[in-house]
Amino acid sequence: MNEMIKISELNKSYQMGSNSLHVLKGIDLTINEGEFVSIMGSSGSGKSTLLNILGLLDEHDTGDYRLNNVLMKGLSESKSAYYRNQFIGFVFQSFNLISFKNAMENVALPLYYQKVPRKKRNELALEYLEKVGLKDWAEHLPNELSGGQKQRVAIARALISQPKIILADEPTGALDSVTSEEVMKIFKDINQEGITVIIVTHENEISALTDRIIRLRDGLIEQPEYV
Amino acid sequence: MFDLDNWQEIFTTIRKNKLRTFLTGFSVGWGIFMLIILLGSGRGIFNGVEAMFDNEAINSIQIRPGTATIEYKGFKAGRRVRMENSDYDYLIETYPGIDKSSAFDYFWGQGISYKSESGNYTVRGVHPGYRDFAKTIVLEGRFLNELDITETRKSAVLGKLVVQDLFGKESALGKYVNVSGVPFKVVGVTDDKGSEWEQRAVFIPISAAQAIFRGGSQEFGRMTVTTGDLSLSEAISLADQMERDLKQRLMIDPRDQRGINIRNNNEEFAKYANVMKGIDAFVWVIGIFTIIAGIVGVSNIMMIVVKERTKEIGIRKALGATPFSIIALILQESIFITAISGYIGLLLGIGLLELVNTLLPEGTPFFKNPGVDINVAVYATLLLIFAGSLAGFFPAKKAASIRPIVALRDE
Repeated sequence: MNEMIKISELNKSYQMGSNSLHVLKGIDLTINEGEFVSIMGSSGSGKSTLLNILGLLDEHDTGDYRLNNVLMKGLSESKSAYYRNQFIGFVFQSFNLISFKNAMENVALPLYYQKVPRKKRNELALEYLEKVGLKDWAEHLPNELSGGQKQRVAIARALISQPKIILADEPTGALDSVTSEEVMKIFKDINQEGITVIIVTHENEISALTDRIIRLRDGLIEQPEYV
Repeated sequence: MFDLDNWQEIFTTIRKNKLRTFLTGFSVGWGIFMLIILLGSGRGIFNGVEAMFDNEAINSIQIRPGTATIEYKGFKAGRRVRMENSDYDYLIETYPGIDKSSAFDYFWGQGISYKSESGNYTVRGVHPGYRDFAKTIVLEGRFLNELDITETRKSAVLGKLVVQDLFGKESALGKYVNVSGVPFKVVGVTDDKGSEWEQRAVFIPISAAQAIFRGGSQEFGRMTVTTGDLSLSEAISLADQMERDLKQRLMIDPRDQRGINIRNNNEEFAKYANVMKGIDAFVWVIGIFTIIAGIVGVSNIMMIVVKERTKEIGIRKALGATPFSIIALILQESIFITAISGYIGLLLGIGLLELVNTLLPEGTPFFKNPGVDINVAVYATLLLIFAGSLAGFFPAKKAASIRPIVALRDE
């Protein structure tokens, strides 16, 4: 099976004034294509840092990170922007929709950076909005949508560039349990289509819905367990 | 950078952020508006002062005999000083610094007629050099010449309004007009930019004028000389020498201020030229400071814009925006807003100047035809756009260096 993500001996420290904070202390991790994984851990365990590194939003210090069998090392800003755009779809806890763009425009934005013509990308955006059940809300601004709706828009936006991986950082953190379940259902469906889904969460009910749970503690991975 | 999609992205942003756009644009529009008003007013003052000298050559010296106020060598105080042709000839021969010259006399309200048409005009007895002094423009025929003077010919040169009055559409050249009962042949038609009064002038040879209006005497009322390309100090010393010389010749006490009146246009114009230089420098200093204020304003607002858009930029980067595309986004928006609002400021400024020009009463001293060169306006706009992009560049650079992970961190 294709190794979508393979990291070995990954280290990351943050400089906090004169102190160095060692967040990730030599992580080895492999995630295969098509897996549905959750990363768990208490706050400060380094799970968000790991997700940022996986999403090329942050750089690691030492160790190797291979994304889709390509070594991610010393990437220029433009290059990492390219990989983010091509391979990775992000879903955030606070949705991170652009407030002055309507749902359709928000969803279409990644395609703008792929130089897809406006008409074409708006068509696609509507298609993906339909997928998450929000076609009728295409013209609405984010502040006219409920939390669950916003997160569905964000998911549609993550999907539109047809990424290999969806990285979700506490995607249900701001949602009630019913909406959380709906959102998780969408992730499940996405995964069924063959996209690797990685969810960072601290909620057991959420991780229980995934196929594999990776637990982080103090910057190290505990023994992996399969559900 | 200039594809349509980019523009649509920017228009969307602008439409959704009207206040921000307005504030950015306002500082630029206001800057260019003020600059145009200042430059236009400066031009107005310049034109106004220049127009004041449209009547007379700026390098001329006028000499007018006055009334002696101090008893001198047996000549009583209160005596009216007279200048005659011999005095004129003496000055011209003595001072090689003199370029063109003319003695002249105005005879007010003289009846002039052609066939059944007639009117009252000021007749001027002049030498040929008067044309250079009064900046008279010959439209048809010729001005008076030396032969007209020496042979006391009955030649007349008419201002274009006189021709209009007396001849209508008919050509005046070669016709005879009656000047105070004496027939004169029209040899030329003139125009003058100074005023309508100048366009109503009737010129005849000074010798003929003396014969008709002064009963054949050699006296004349005033004279003028131009100083060619003498420098200001040379022109002043020439005027001083002539004054001393004339006082001696005409038996006027050297201390007598009123015996003879000498007005040096060189000096008068130099005074105005200095004032104008000052105003010009002032306008530029204010203009430059206004532009600097505009630049700082734009830079400041763009800085705030970038700060305000930190999260948005972070999102864009997470979705695959390259640093260059972020720089282009901010810069293009800044340049677009600067250009449009600069243009609006430009139009408003020019509009106001035109309005002032229309409402300005004819003949307002020191102010005429305010306005700016289209070149100045274009350069000012280009400068502001350049300044706007310069001002936008550092905020854009800052925006490009925003790390998405920091921008997206939940508060």
